[in-house]
Amino acid sequence: MKTTFIYAALTGALLFATALSANDRADDYIDTLTELGYPAPEDNELVHIPPTMDDLEQSDTHPEFKRVIRRGHDLFTDTQQLRGENVFNNMNCSSCHLGEGRMPFSAPVWPAAVTLPDFRGKNGHVNNLEERIAGCFTYSMNGNPPEYGSDDMLALSAYHQWLAKGVEMYPDKPIYGRGFPAPKRPDELSYERGENLYQEQCVVCHGADGEGLQVGGKTVFPAPWGDNSNNWGAGIVRLFTAAGFIKNNMPLGQPLSLSDQEAWDIAYYMSNQERPQDPRYTGDIEETLEQFGPTFHKHSLYGQRRETDGKVLGDHSNTGEKDFLRPDTVRPRTFD
Amino acid sequence: MKHLPMTLLVLGLAVLPAWLQAATSGDAARGKAAAAACVACHQGDGSGKNNPSGESWPQLSGLDAGYIAKQLHDYKSGARENATMKPFAMMLSDQQIADVSQYYSEMTPKQGQGGHDASDAMLQRGRILAERGDWSDYIVSCKSCHGPDNQGVGEVFPGIAGQHAGYIEAQLEAWQAGTRKNDPQDLMGTIARKMSNDDIRAVAAWLASQPPRSN
Repeated sequence: MKTTFIYAALTGALLFATALSANDRADDYIDTLTELGYPAPEDNELVHIPPTMDDLEQSDTHPEFKRVIRRGHDLFTDTQQLRGENVFNNMNCSSCHLGEGRMPFSAPVWPAAVTLPDFRGKNGHVNNLEERIAGCFTYSMNGNPPEYGSDDMLALSAYHQWLAKGVEMYPDKPIYGRGFPAPKRPDELSYERGENLYQEQCVVCHGADGEGLQVGGKTVFPAPWGDNSNNWGAGIVRLFTAAGFIKNNMPLGQPLSLSDQEAWDIAYYMSNQERPQDPRYTGDIEETLEQFGPTFHKHSLYGQRRETDGKVLGDHSNTGEKDFLRPDTVRPRTFD
Repeated sequence: MKHLPMTLLVLGLAVLPAWLQAATSGDAARGKAAAAACVACHQGDGSGKNNPSGESWPQLSGLDAGYIAKQLHDYKSGARENATMKPFAMMLSDQQIADVSQYYSEMTPKQGQGGHDASDAMLQRGRILAERGDWSDYIVSCKSCHGPDNQGVGEVFPGIAGQHAGYIEAQLEAWQAGTRKNDPQDLMGTIARKMSNDDIRAVAAWLASQPPRSN
């Protein structure tokens, strides 16, 4: 069952044509993806092709709401405008969520709008959409989230929710292309192979030292590690998430061109590099691992000895560009 | 120069070519003299010319010196094939290549020509391709590599805003056909092959109308 978009303001004839073309568009989209090697949707999967910014302009949405969604889109694709306030590294939201947060297999963001509030294992309590977005700012942007209910937070969540237009809340069906589906983990991962592959395949954009590239304060290529990258608490420090991102999205424009082994080896090499401290750090890496190992860091290399030099990864107090460790949005909720 | 060795590694060149070993740094004043052969097509001000019915000559002014130098070396080696450019590139020594590249990189670019007859709808399509891409066809935006306002990123990703429409079209068609393939990892070829003829005309018209990087 494919979701289509129908704009009530259109005339009858146009409405008919648009409904057809929306179906065609979904089919074309799936054709493009399957030609690239992505799996076709299973019969029981929810397929949703989010509206584009052009669709927004052509819709009869209230002009003020359009303006706020445009603002959300602008923040999503140029999050660097919040640098030094909410963002303390080189990331934009769209650095990881390709295609403006719309792409299947690139962690499309609209599912958050239809599956939250819900319990989240990462922080052990029920999160809403704003708190989920705040998580990205805290970890992936190594930052301090915009305040709940603020203009920027509202604009970002409006963009997320509008992308989900037409999808039922709390769908029972699994969502096609959700997250960064990881390829099968190979038996053995190699730092050396990963390093060589990185130098061959990634360095032209992401730099020999993982520094990425900015021009005039705008990120062109994000930093895969180092002070300008995500911190140790971001989802992509989990090996399977990094491998899934790489396999499904890199090199840019050539998804699924790397073998499963290559994607995992590059992920392993990247995950063996340093980055700012996990904001949940207690001051002691063993203690932090005890608290967050079972739910999170069992999938990362945090606290492990790097095989090349014996360095314990993440055993430092470097918070990158920001001068604090933990934003106050990282706190439990008890609902008591 | 920091990334040059890595760029070469990417290209899989096992042996450093002579032009890198020489570590040539360009001199714009010497480059002006060496550029005497270039002006017939690329013009005295480096602005080139859009030729709607023939081969367009790209604007060189304001392009990254490393990018220009690589293209000249690629013409010499055959890594980039172009019957017009090859004899001129062959005439230049490694030092002269560095010098002319420096000379043109320091010039102030002008507005691109061509694409003026494009309809508003076509320009709009071009703008979307340049700034956002069309992910429904997995066409990545120009901006994602050519940088903010498509004004270029380092020596690998040239500025394309303000370039002539005829030249941009010809290059995209060449990548599509596989007659130009001197890009790293087929990054440009992959995208060009996903573009329709209309897409190519649209994005060329849009980019030509955009301001080039100001020196």
